[in-house]
Amino acid sequence: MQTEETVGKPVPRKEGRSKVTGAARYVDDLSMPGMLHGATVRSPVARGRIRSVTFDDGIPWDEFVVVTAKDIPGENAVALILLDQPYLADDFVNHAEEPILLLAHEDKHLLERARRAVRIEIEPLPAIFTLEDSLAQTEIIWGEDNVFKSYLVDKGNVDEVWPQADLIVEGEYSTGAQEQLYIETNGVIAVANPAEGVTVWGSMQCPYYVHKALLKLFALPPELVRVVQCETGGGFGGKEEYPSMIGGHAALLSLKSGGRPVKIIYDRAEDMAATTKRHPSRTHHRTAVTRDGRLLGMEIEFVVDGGAYATLSAVVLSRGTIHAAGPYNCPNVRIRSRAVATNVPPHGAFRGFGAPQSIFALERHLDKVAQAVGLSPEEFRQRNFIREGETTATGQVIREPVDMAGLVARAFELTDYQAKRERFACENREAGAGRVKRGIGFASFMHGAGFTGSGEDYLKSVVGAEADREGRVRILAASTEIGQGTYTIFAQIASDALKLDYDLFEMAQPDTGNVPDSGPTVASRTCMIVGKLVESAALGLRQTLQTAGLLADEYNVAEWREACQRYIEQYGALKSFSQYKPPPGVRWDDEKYEGDAYGAYAWAVYVAEVSVDTLTYETRVEDFVAVQEVGKVVHPVLAAGQIEGGVAQAIGFTLYENVVWRDGRMVNNGMTNYVIPTSADLPSIRVHFEEQPYQHGPAGGAKGIGELPMDGGAPAILNAIEHATGISFTHVPLMPEALMRGLSENA
Amino acid sequence: MTDGAVKVELSCTVNGTSQTLRVHPLARLLDVLREDLRLTGTKEGCGEGECGACSVFVDGELVNSCLVPVLQVAGAQVTTIEGVAGEAELSAVQQAFIECGGAQCGICTPGMILAAVNLLAHTPQPTDADIRHGLAGNLCRCTGYMKIFAAVVRACERAGVKA
Repeated sequence: MQTEETVGKPVPRKEGRSKVTGAARYVDDLSMPGMLHGATVRSPVARGRIRSVTFDDGIPWDEFVVVTAKDIPGENAVALILLDQPYLADDFVNHAEEPILLLAHEDKHLLERARRAVRIEIEPLPAIFTLEDSLAQTEIIWGEDNVFKSYLVDKGNVDEVWPQADLIVEGEYSTGAQEQLYIETNGVIAVANPAEGVTVWGSMQCPYYVHKALLKLFALPPELVRVVQCETGGGFGGKEEYPSMIGGHAALLSLKSGGRPVKIIYDRAEDMAATTKRHPSRTHHRTAVTRDGRLLGMEIEFVVDGGAYATLSAVVLSRGTIHAAGPYNCPNVRIRSRAVATNVPPHGAFRGFGAPQSIFALERHLDKVAQAVGLSPEEFRQRNFIREGETTATGQVIREPVDMAGLVARAFELTDYQAKRERFACENREAGAGRVKRGIGFASFMHGAGFTGSGEDYLKSVVGAEADREGRVRILAASTEIGQGTYTIFAQIASDALKLDYDLFEMAQPDTGNVPDSGPTVASRTCMIVGKLVESAALGLRQTLQTAGLLADEYNVAEWREACQRYIEQYGALKSFSQYKPPPGVRWDDEKYEGDAYGAYAWAVYVAEVSVDTLTYETRVEDFVAVQEVGKVVHPVLAAGQIEGGVAQAIGFTLYENVVWRDGRMVNNGMTNYVIPTSADLPSIRVHFEEQPYQHGPAGGAKGIGELPMDGGAPAILNAIEHATGISFTHVPLMPEALMRGLSENA
Repeated sequence: MTDGAVKVELSCTVNGTSQTLRVHPLARLLDVLREDLRLTGTKEGCGEGECGACSVFVDGELVNSCLVPVLQVAGAQVTTIEGVAGEAELSAVQQAFIECGGAQCGICTPGMILAAVNLLAHTPQPTDADIRHGLAGNLCRCTGYMKIFAAVVRACERAGVKA
């Protein structure tokens, strides 16, 4: 029998039917007998000392479960990288919306009244809200110097290049916060009691992160904590670390209630005000070039605003740092980076994880350098693109074929870039030209897949596969389906590995009581890293059957089924596990931040065409082409969907999504005032893949793609706006007001 | 606020079935569907009528059920995502959403499918602009909408198949 290969084909999404019929169960769709609803009382001020907590009259407080920091059985800290963030503020608050007290009641409406009837009196302390103030140490609010983490990448000797440079070009660029805006807000249900421990069901990306955090919070052994992922309505990084917080809160309430289930679902306003956003950033570039447009040296200072606690800022900073010098061959590079503290809610993981910020700066800056040298943006980049055998900023030798010039050519052909570049320039200059200016621009970039450096080696992820008597195979992995297609691509990878029908494969629900720790669902690692483990775990089943003499080298589905049945009858469960091992030859120095930063990179060139209305200051993206080399494409529809969705988020990040802060609080925390692109706003997003199989990737060479599409949109669009208007904008989001100021000043 | 208010009796038809319910007069239709009738396919995304995740039909008109006090549907025909598929088969729009990648995380999908059904009911052969404007009241954060447009196009290409 020949089973058709599924990799490269648009097989039906595993959970597609349940999603289109409304049958899919998200956490808020679940209800348990005796369930209470939980709410969080938060700090009204950004920084201060808690003086008193009082409860207004008119609420039957004796019916409520009330939890404060004093009720925490273990450590009052969210276990992540550091232990600096409390579950509940006890003495001091360090950001607005910081959780102070928890309430639960079975009546949601009474609960909301009660939440408003808790008075928190706080003696305010001076607070800082910008990375500039944090760097200036206007106040010291964290550690000795407000710095969560700093890195230094040092390649060659950048100090020696300045005298030799024909030109030195400087520029400074910045990006704002970005709200996640997954359409399903953060939510969990928890059951906790002293005898049975803690169970949390919820919307999340990383069940084992929540598991680790609950162990510390409740001081329990691993077997008494269980975390189960429900269908998850979007993540993007926003459900990487935050579920540890809300999951812990619900579990604390349940424990105090004597073990009743407690559900906490944030409403949109609370989710936007209190949970994580993309780190705001500032990047300074100083670049040395020769007259003929060769990069001699790059000095880059990259700073991100981490908010009030360390959370994941150190690793966000790491990825941003490593991507800051882009896909270019430059002999001397120095990147200094810092993540600093401010009194705003902690910023966190968000698709791209620091890279969109530093790539925005680089790809804007290189247009400026090109202009200074007198070359077109593409000609300047062509002279500096990295090639096989050359080294990145961290000294990683690129050992795979990389063809950035080819990607540029393909993207230009698809957009008619050269002709449009000339035509728009003429039309915009013409006397009597209309009020609408047009422009076209691009960005070229790369994105590393998997954890940085030795990260995967530390994680040591595990995946299992289990076959039943009917020959059906269940993949046991903690990798979550959050919309990107994990279930589908894992089934494809496993079915192709075993040459069996796709329908025989299913994924176990990510449940720490039932699946091994495959690491978090982040960092564009699910397909490339965990997918490879799925492949080898599946192959392990076959090897087990063959070793037992139950299966021939060639087999059909009936023989497979019979072998599984006979194995299980003779030996019991048929399971196979596979654990991550680094590919040979990988070296990484964590001290020097030098070496092979990522196992593989995706490479991309994105082109944006814009129109700028000089009367209304409205900018529209008229066309967008995303060309990328991502290794083997496992599922063409899902892969294109990842790119299109990421580009849409990038367009939002660039032109629409403006977090308005006042005294450290987001004040436009609703969908009415925080605007994301609608179906009427977006251009046609055209996606083109080049496939250069990665030798250590699954399914014939897949790499990671999830974060990549977030990286290129902002610089491509601002480069196009510069082409349209002649003005070099350096900050995103570029709101109409800023466009108006820019155009007025340059009129 | 509905606590303390007296419940009243309300009759309506939901997905073809007559229902008589005791409800708070100002309860949101969304909550009655989800909590009283356990029709949890209708989702809450924002609670302020911006995202469309709670879209349902009331007497054939697409509404945001988070903005509808339940008494407004007294005597009305309400259709939710659970009422869109046939007995055995998915509707053409649902089928097309699966095939074309119109659903990713799935949380906007029920509302988006109802918006697409609504669009095709009024505009059987929509242009690209019709599709974009017809779905503009429903936010999706995953797809960038391209695959949703493709699904709508595929659904109406299936001539003779009920949307």
